[in-house]
Amino acid sequence: METRRIVDRGVKYILFISAMISIVIVFLIALFIFREGVEAFNTVGVRTMLFGKVWRPGQEQYGILAMILGSILVTIGAIVLGVPLAIGGAIFLAEVAPEGIQAVVRPAIQLLAGIPSVVYGLFGMVVLVPLVRKIPVPGNSGFGLLAASIVLAVMILPTIASIAEDAIRAVPQSYRQGSLALGATHWQTIVNVIMPAARSGIIAAIILGVGRALGETMAMIMVIGNSVLMPSPMTNNPLTLFLRQARTLTGNIAVEISYATGVHESTLFATGVVLFVLIMVVNISARFVMRERQAIH
Amino acid sequence: MMSDNKTIEIQHENILLQQKKSNLSLRHATQSAFFTILWIGGIITVLILLAVTGYVIFQGFKAIDLQFLITPPRGGLSGEGGISTTIGTTLYLVLLTIAIATPLGVGAAIFLVEYASDNNISSRFLKGMIGFSHFGVETLAGIPSIIFGLFGYALFVSTMKFGFSLLSASLAGACLVLPVIIRTTEEALLAVPRSYREGSLALGATKWQTIRKVVLPASLPGIITGIILSVGRVVSETAVFYVTLGGSYRMPKSIMSSGRTMALHLYYLAMDTRAFEKAMGTGAILILSIILINLLINFLSRRLTAGLRGVQ
Amino acid sequence: MNNTKLETKNYSMNYGSFRALEDINMQIPEKQVTALIGPSGCGKSTFLRTFNRMNDLIPGVWIEGEVTMEGKDIFEIDVVNLRQQVGMVFQKPNPFPKSIFDNVAYGPRANGLTDRNALAELVEHSLRGAALWDEVKDDLDKSGLALSGGQQQRLCIARALAVEPSVILMDEPASALDPIATLRIEELIRELRENYTIVIVTHNMQQAARVSDFTGFFYTGESRTGKLIEFDLTRNIFTNPADKRTEDYITGRFG
Repeated sequence: METRRIVDRGVKYILFISAMISIVIVFLIALFIFREGVEAFNTVGVRTMLFGKVWRPGQEQYGILAMILGSILVTIGAIVLGVPLAIGGAIFLAEVAPEGIQAVVRPAIQLLAGIPSVVYGLFGMVVLVPLVRKIPVPGNSGFGLLAASIVLAVMILPTIASIAEDAIRAVPQSYRQGSLALGATHWQTIVNVIMPAARSGIIAAIILGVGRALGETMAMIMVIGNSVLMPSPMTNNPLTLFLRQARTLTGNIAVEISYATGVHESTLFATGVVLFVLIMVVNISARFVMRERQAIH
Repeated sequence: MMSDNKTIEIQHENILLQQKKSNLSLRHATQSAFFTILWIGGIITVLILLAVTGYVIFQGFKAIDLQFLITPPRGGLSGEGGISTTIGTTLYLVLLTIAIATPLGVGAAIFLVEYASDNNISSRFLKGMIGFSHFGVETLAGIPSIIFGLFGYALFVSTMKFGFSLLSASLAGACLVLPVIIRTTEEALLAVPRSYREGSLALGATKWQTIRKVVLPASLPGIITGIILSVGRVVSETAVFYVTLGGSYRMPKSIMSSGRTMALHLYYLAMDTRAFEKAMGTGAILILSIILINLLINFLSRRLTAGLRGVQ
Repeated sequence: MNNTKLETKNYSMNYGSFRALEDINMQIPEKQVTALIGPSGCGKSTFLRTFNRMNDLIPGVWIEGEVTMEGKDIFEIDVVNLRQQVGMVFQKPNPFPKSIFDNVAYGPRANGLTDRNALAELVEHSLRGAALWDEVKDDLDKSGLALSGGQQQRLCIARALAVEPSVILMDEPASALDPIATLRIEELIRELRENYTIVIVTHNMQQAARVSDFTGFFYTGESRTGKLIEFDLTRNIFTNPADKRTEDYITGRFG
């Protein structure tokens, strides 16, 4: 009798310790990334790093502005290309598609969210890059922000579409019925009642997509060209900016970490800190939007 | 007064007339137009996704034969050979990662679900810790994988001197999949009806006996789903292992050996040697593994819901 | 005596292979209140939803027989048009998460009315019609969800009035409300009777007796298929029912 009470209590403490492991890991990650990065911030200086336009580790020039811009530009590109399709797809699946189509497409989208990013990257290298190269602009190599944006858009499409679809489905039936009973068409009901009611869920889906886009590493390295120069338009047409090769924060870390030492290595951790902070801001705003949504219902 | 009412009435009638004139066919036409756009959008979305996977599988199968699966890569910059050792490394790494992450994740979820709602936990300290833990899980789920890689590189590879090895990679990988296991296990535990627990406790079983004999068996399919999801994560992950696993194409001899998973191999083939056909072959195998994993998950979750419905 | 507004002839409704309603013949008189009563699951709500074709939303539903409004087959009328003419108030108040004004203006806007003054006039008229104007006239920008349950239900009635229907269907409109709010809704129903044909489903027999002119009693036997047992003046149903089952129900012997 007594032993099983002791076991009961012992188990509880063991479980408590495992429950704390996640917060411990978060703490350790923050600690290690910041600890290793602090040297760079001290020797190079936060301002020089964040706003420095030149990344030349051999000459001790460690500006990551070009990478920050690269990450932001490629994310914007992916959102512009991917979000309309993802939201349209979500509305289509939740409201318009016949059940047979839903039953096939939904698991397919779930599947695509799980395909390794290197596969998307490979597809980008083999199929997309040669296509982009056909755009007749001098110096266009095919590798660059445009190819990377397209690859990223395809990658975040399943994530955004499935979360947005959940948000649309979560809109109470009573709203839908109330609107239809007033003589609104199905489309009017979607536009005037369902989408406004699902808005925060859809915004949260987009923000999560942004988080995924900012964090993507390998597929970006494979198609973006990895140039460390500041992205700028290639001709008078400002849109040619997207034909430029660039590098993301994530790519900067992955490409150089294996051979970097000293201050150079530290600057890569500092790059990680910048990425970490960016992602945290994105995630916290997503959580904020989600919570607001729960408060409404 | 009388005439005032009258004008209001007339005005009202006019408004109603205005409303009655509403152009029904225009509204239907608008709906048809937008629904057509949605259909086209839906079809385009599906086509894009099909094109990517279809292309890789189709191209990949040109490179795949038995030889491809059972011979090791020849290494160097040749891109020659098969992928046998990378399959081995992937399995090895999956097993290690799951072995590390599962007990921790399942344990954490049990505590968060079964003990957090406990009335005994009145202490503010414990409540605060549970809040922290939930915050930890949510945060981990949002951290990009390259950060896990950096962390693994700094802690396991450098500080703890495990070097580029399966051990370092699986520890970093375990951090990556931990939130997946915790979340799915939590969901599975929450789906177990309260009456099960009460029935067992009423018979005089302790809390742990109740969990072990009643709650865990009932939630097992859900927990397994979480584990398989994590397997999928490890199989498709590249960034974390790129900076912790080293990349040797040889078969690992121990947990301290370096290695490369299929996904990593694909990356090296495409980037370093431009051996695109072999890369496509590897990609096709990867996609098939993911399809297999998804089928397993669908099968299990159907069994889970069927099982719970059956007993209720 | 009265013109018939809505009529069903040999009307049956099925969900797949399950027959929910069988062979219902009913003539609902214009500008009267008709109550549908019966034990839960007897199909009275399903029957009510026939008239604005809300059952169309349920997959696998098919019907037999005829349903007409002023002699016209309602399945030949465009469904959007039909729902403009046949408004509905649901069991649980379901205002949209929009302002009071936008809730009432929703239907007219869907119909293409954009003129601000006209909308304002229509909103006021409808809120007055639903006996809610005096309580909310200073708070038209407030969310409809911020109102009390009874006010929300009157807002939903106002919302239905704004599209100027000739019929209003009410599906247990007071079942989620407290007694005082219920009383106000009942008063309102009596007032609306002047201009609208009202069909109300209710669980509450006193309510049926208080508000309605005609009453239909629905009942299902073992088969779970709903049938109309008796339809008559409310006064007759409650004082002198023709069918034994009606008598048992209204005297509270079951249900």
